[in-house]
Amino acid sequence: MVRMRMNQAVAAALADEMREDPDVVVFGEDVAVAGGPFKTSDGLLEEFGPSRVRDTPISEMGFLGMAVGAAASGLRPVAEIMFIEFLGVALDMVVTEAGKFHFLSRGAFTCPITVRASIGAGLGFGCQHSQTMENWMSHAPGLKMVMLSGPQSAYGLLRSAIRDPNPVVVLEPRALYGGRGQVTTGADGILPLGEARRVREGDDVTVVSAGAMVKVALAAAEASDDWSAEVIDLQTLIPWDRDGVVSAVRRTGRLVIVEESPYTSGWGTEIAAYVGARLFGELRAPVLRITCPDVPVPFGRELEQRYMPNPGYVTDQIDQLLATGRVPDPWWVGEGRSA
Amino acid sequence: MGDSDRMERRRAVAADRVARYERMVEIRAFEDRVQGLFSEGRVHGTTHTAQGQEAVAVGIAAAVQTTDLVTCTYRGHGIGLALGMTPEVILGEIMGRDIGCVGGIAGSMHLCDRELGLLPTFAIIGAGIPVAAGAALTAQVRGTDDAAIGVFGDGAANIGAFHEGLNLAAIWNLPVVFICENNQYGEYSRIDLTTPIEDLADRAASYGIPGIIVDGQDPDQTFEAVSAALAVARSGGGPTLLEMKTYRYAGHSRADKAEYRPEGEFERWYERDPINTFRARLESEGLLAPGDAEAIDERVAARLEAALQAVEESPPATVDAMFGNIYAPV
Repeated sequence: MVRMRMNQAVAAALADEMREDPDVVVFGEDVAVAGGPFKTSDGLLEEFGPSRVRDTPISEMGFLGMAVGAAASGLRPVAEIMFIEFLGVALDMVVTEAGKFHFLSRGAFTCPITVRASIGAGLGFGCQHSQTMENWMSHAPGLKMVMLSGPQSAYGLLRSAIRDPNPVVVLEPRALYGGRGQVTTGADGILPLGEARRVREGDDVTVVSAGAMVKVALAAAEASDDWSAEVIDLQTLIPWDRDGVVSAVRRTGRLVIVEESPYTSGWGTEIAAYVGARLFGELRAPVLRITCPDVPVPFGRELEQRYMPNPGYVTDQIDQLLATGRVPDPWWVGEGRSA
Repeated sequence: MGDSDRMERRRAVAADRVARYERMVEIRAFEDRVQGLFSEGRVHGTTHTAQGQEAVAVGIAAAVQTTDLVTCTYRGHGIGLALGMTPEVILGEIMGRDIGCVGGIAGSMHLCDRELGLLPTFAIIGAGIPVAAGAALTAQVRGTDDAAIGVFGDGAANIGAFHEGLNLAAIWNLPVVFICENNQYGEYSRIDLTTPIEDLADRAASYGIPGIIVDGQDPDQTFEAVSAALAVARSGGGPTLLEMKTYRYAGHSRADKAEYRPEGEFERWYERDPINTFRARLESEGLLAPGDAEAIDERVAARLEAALQAVEESPPATVDAMFGNIYAPV
């Protein structure tokens, strides 16, 4: 075990994959000489050289398209999108090209690209640099998508993403890059795609979260003596661990989902619909989704913090759910806004 | 036909100009037949045919190796046939049958043949340009002498992927040849209504790479130009942009009767029809004897008839094909 920051864990995963597989290449804006704007590729250029670690122009459609062609012809490119919003100008290459090559070649071609993108609010970047945008990818069959929640998750999921023969989008909460944790490196530290991970035991409610919200859900669970919450880090958003989540919720009888994204059409909507349908009659309370409001991410510090679910708010929402058996209103209803 | 037949078709085009002529005849007859099948209501969906552009297709196919990857557009039947795909696997795909190159789940716009080096053809304008650069990146990183070919239309020269792909290929000196099939129309719009310059090859100067205008109606010139650009790419000389001036005889897609064409335009281009002019050249060189061209026409017609029969005997696309290749197995 090594103690490291999440950005260092990303760099460690990239380096270990590059050591094991000469076909792994890394490119993106400022990833080589500068080591990445968030230092997620620090040291790679020095160790692996300029053929395998490359700075690109500000040209997302170009370099993601290049990743698609390189992957179809045998490399394992890892492309970095500095802020997830920049994927908007290149989305075709991920959802319509990479995600369809295997299908459109009757299995003859694979397209093992890894697209890493920083996501999320909390650092004062404003509404064009703070979204999560996972639902850009979740309606596009052929892709996989994971969301990192800390250093071990970063190391383990990224290594699996690079090894996977399919296109995988890796969403990296920017606010977590500086957070430290113990990391098991090497083969034992690799986390499989498609499996959720229970990060806390509990009996009264199952809290499913992902990314930066895992820490929030854990803190909320620790804060209550009235109920005990099981906390699950979903880890892989596509394809998500249906069996794992359903069996967990079947045991506790209550499902709460904590998401760092607007209420409408979040990843949790799909989970709520699926679990609600599968466990109809077995649930002891309606499914509760705790999300951000349907507004662009605000800039001002206090508002930005309020925009995202925080531990006190999550605890309070679960308190109300257990006390009343009904889904409580989100905070913005108290401000006179519609739910 | 099996794999070896497809490779044999490819070798024939690479080795022999008369075989190139026959393939051009086959492409023309195939596209005419496809249009006929659509208008008879025997095929659903849409299609984009490439009559008039046969010399571009065979010139490319004759010059590339099977280890080079080619990206191509949704107007891809001709290039697919030229590269060696058989009429039955393309027609089968167009008609949604199991015999199709992708099992009938993809359709006319999406042809693919890995052994022949054809990536799934692109139905998004311009998308294949950076993807071709990516295939060239693999050759560069691995140190092989492979190259890549990115084929696109004149309409693609106005989309961002063109600029981004050429710029990246240029700064990294990638072994790729960009081939613009300038057939004078982007969808329903004539090139001069959408583009402020006459020669798209001029745009190469922005990236510091050679931009060469090629007579796209002459299969000898298209072959020579692609061969020369590939030689430059393989020897570390970087990318080239070839603009092949050609002409789309049909409308954009099956629904388009191309009534927007200026009067006399088609006739002017048809005077330099690539098949007629190449036949005359081969006859004057003594490579086609009297009666040879007619024999080729008959052979092609019989081949297409057999292909149509094979397709009609093939079952429709299967549920297995629909679900079978969403994810590659881990």
